[in-house]
Amino acid sequence: MLYFSRWKVTTILLTIFVALVVLIPNYLTSDQIKTYWPSWLPGRQVVLGLDLQGGVYLLYQVDVNDYKQKRLKALEGDIRQAMREDPRIGYTGLGIQGDVVQLKIRDADKVEEAAKRLGNLLNPLSTGALGGTAVTEFQLDQGSDGLMRLGFSETGLDKRLGTVVQQSIEVIRRRVDQMGAVEPSIQRQGSDRILVEAPGEKDPARLKNIIGRTAQMTFHLVDLNVSADEAAKGNLPPGEILLKQKEGGMPMVVDETPLMTGEDLTDAQTSFQSQTNEPVVSFRLSTSGARKFAQVTSDNVGRLFAIVLDDEIISAPRINEPITQGSGQISGNFTVETANDLAVLLRAGALPAKLSVAEERTVGPGLGADSIAAGERAALIGTVAVVIFMLASYGLFGVFANLALVVNLVLIMAIITILQATLTLPGIAGIVLTMGMAVDSNVLIYERIREEQRLGRSPVSAIDAGFRRAFGTILDANITTLIAAIVLFQMGSGPVKGFAVTHVIGIVTTMFTAITFTRLVVATWVRYRRPSVVPL
Amino acid sequence: MRLLRLFPDDTKIPFMRWRKWSFLVSGIASVLCFVVLYTHGMNTGIDFQGGTLMEIQTKSGPADLEGIRSQLNGLGLGEVQVQSFGTDDDVLIRIARQEGGDEAQAAVVTKVQAALGDSVDYRRTEMVGPRVSGELAQNGILGIISALCLIMVYVWFRFEWQYSLGAVIATLHDVVLTIGFFAVTQVEFNLSSIAAILTIVGYSLNDTVVVYDRIREMRRKYKRLNLVVLLDLAINQTLTRTTNTALTTLIALAALVIFGGEVIRSFTASMLFGVLIGTYSSIFIAAPVLIFLDPQLAGDKSTKKAEDDAEEAAEPA
Repeated sequence: MLYFSRWKVTTILLTIFVALVVLIPNYLTSDQIKTYWPSWLPGRQVVLGLDLQGGVYLLYQVDVNDYKQKRLKALEGDIRQAMREDPRIGYTGLGIQGDVVQLKIRDADKVEEAAKRLGNLLNPLSTGALGGTAVTEFQLDQGSDGLMRLGFSETGLDKRLGTVVQQSIEVIRRRVDQMGAVEPSIQRQGSDRILVEAPGEKDPARLKNIIGRTAQMTFHLVDLNVSADEAAKGNLPPGEILLKQKEGGMPMVVDETPLMTGEDLTDAQTSFQSQTNEPVVSFRLSTSGARKFAQVTSDNVGRLFAIVLDDEIISAPRINEPITQGSGQISGNFTVETANDLAVLLRAGALPAKLSVAEERTVGPGLGADSIAAGERAALIGTVAVVIFMLASYGLFGVFANLALVVNLVLIMAIITILQATLTLPGIAGIVLTMGMAVDSNVLIYERIREEQRLGRSPVSAIDAGFRRAFGTILDANITTLIAAIVLFQMGSGPVKGFAVTHVIGIVTTMFTAITFTRLVVATWVRYRRPSVVPL
Repeated sequence: MRLLRLFPDDTKIPFMRWRKWSFLVSGIASVLCFVVLYTHGMNTGIDFQGGTLMEIQTKSGPADLEGIRSQLNGLGLGEVQVQSFGTDDDVLIRIARQEGGDEAQAAVVTKVQAALGDSVDYRRTEMVGPRVSGELAQNGILGIISALCLIMVYVWFRFEWQYSLGAVIATLHDVVLTIGFFAVTQVEFNLSSIAAILTIVGYSLNDTVVVYDRIREMRRKYKRLNLVVLLDLAINQTLTRTTNTALTTLIALAALVIFGGEVIRSFTASMLFGVLIGTYSSIFIAAPVLIFLDPQLAGDKSTKKAEDDAEEAAEPA
């Protein structure tokens, strides 16, 4: 156990050297790395977790019910349209009942034709080609007496939800990119969740506001013949709805069917109104949108149209003249920032479904800095205390153990840097704990050497036996610890995962240093000093 | 230089003779843990219960806890806890889970920020919705159980089933007492507490395996030696290692508890407790349990006699 071939010594020393080189960029600023650090060397720095550098962790949940209701409402409209086609099919009781749209066909002999038309509305999501079964979004159940029910098919809904999550991620990414936030990571989690992590984000409230908005923009004609009070009592003409206005303005009655939606917009920018210098959002319409808008505005000169964002009226300007150039302005008591945010939302498009925050963790930069300081202090004091204890207990061999401890620390930090694993406050705790537990392998080896020596073995043979016998124990003991740590890594998230990462890395490096580095140091010492007694 | 040694060499401490006491003490302690758990429950944090937690720091002078409390109570958010956190300037606010799903839950942070305004620094905000909190609790329990199972299988392969069972009994003992620690001290039980328990599981097993390893080695060497004598010998031989490793780990953990900051204190404090218990259990639970589990002695009529012999043999010369 005490003989090392030349290439083994080289490998061990080289590993430590490489680890040291990997660590250097952590002590440089990013500018220094760019200018002085050779590009062929790894120039990575340790990634600090949200709890250390401050930032936001947001877990969004796609509101499945809201999405279903939206789809059912659209389906209801499509059904009405389909039945109205020539020849018309008479029906009664069309409406949404829980998760299905149902209607009753009047004439028994038209049921077959109705079923055919409804069949076209099932919205195929994948064809049955290539041996798969065809998947449609909806399925049709026919009851007796011409009763028709359309509801979601299970696989269809799953498939749609997948698309919804994917689209939402794209929309969020566009919004966040345009907002100029610090690069957040946006990931799908589970079947219907989206995880947004934005380290270093200083304004979490704004980020939340931008991401969470559905941002469905619609333009509606205002009906001034019905007062809001009247409408609130329930006296609404058919096809009209009552919408509240932002910042406590008077609610207004508007047409339910929008003139246009945000999809007709091609661009939106912040600008200033020439007369008042008030921040406004100016938008440009697509060709078809411009044509539609020109038509509507020339038909309704003198009326008000409401600009609505997520069921809230932003402003309701009067149509003074037909707007034909395909662009316009939205004013609504904006500040520069709110105007900017609205422009971002309009450019990035609407979310396909409502998102709600299921979990949020925000750490301010002040706390993060304090945590780093506390972690560093604890690590330093803990390590020094362990070093002193080892010196007092094992003398020269304590020095060897402490050398191994330092090498261990270097290796842990180097691996964290290379893997770009996130270092969190519990992660630092994991490293300090490893410092405490790492000396265990040295303790095991030293105690064993002592025992062997007391049994009458010569120093070389005692050391040899000590390493050999302790090795099996070290392996068993560390693997059990490793199992617990890996389970923790699997189930953990955020800071807890950070702890598991450093703990796992620490266990592995501990085993490595014990069976290579410590052994090498002790072997070298034996070779040069030829001791007659092992000082343990 | 004289080296520090906590125990002389060749200690002959008759650990096994105390096994009835250690079993009794551990048994009573475990039962008490369950009783306290039942009567007082755990102070489960928002991770498992859902709700909102905010850490704020006043920008000028010590925080007026009473003022903040009355301000927040006026918001109609249900149960609000306001307590100081570490220093006079730092305040921890806990707000119970809201009725009305994720949306009502998400609105809490905004409401509190509107009420307290810019006079304070928002250091940390955590909000866990009702759905996520249920999953987190489930994952935590699943994690502990699967870790125990995996370790049992590993020890079973490397040793024999008696050892595997013994290790799990000792580890379960540690888990129960640590949960008891949370129930008695009412330290907040959250996600990092699950991490602490899993770390304790790892540490305690590490310790147990080292003792078992020595027992196995000695059983191979001294086939005819009485088990009780053998266990005492094995524990005494590994005693310095057990205590030295426990000490270095405790030193490191103590540094974390004292200097590591308020945010991870419940995490580090519970680990400190767990390492103590884990060290105790590998000597006083894991080893003596083998006496009951070992087939060689089970059903052996000479057990009683052998034990008497053992006690004689263990007497310090």
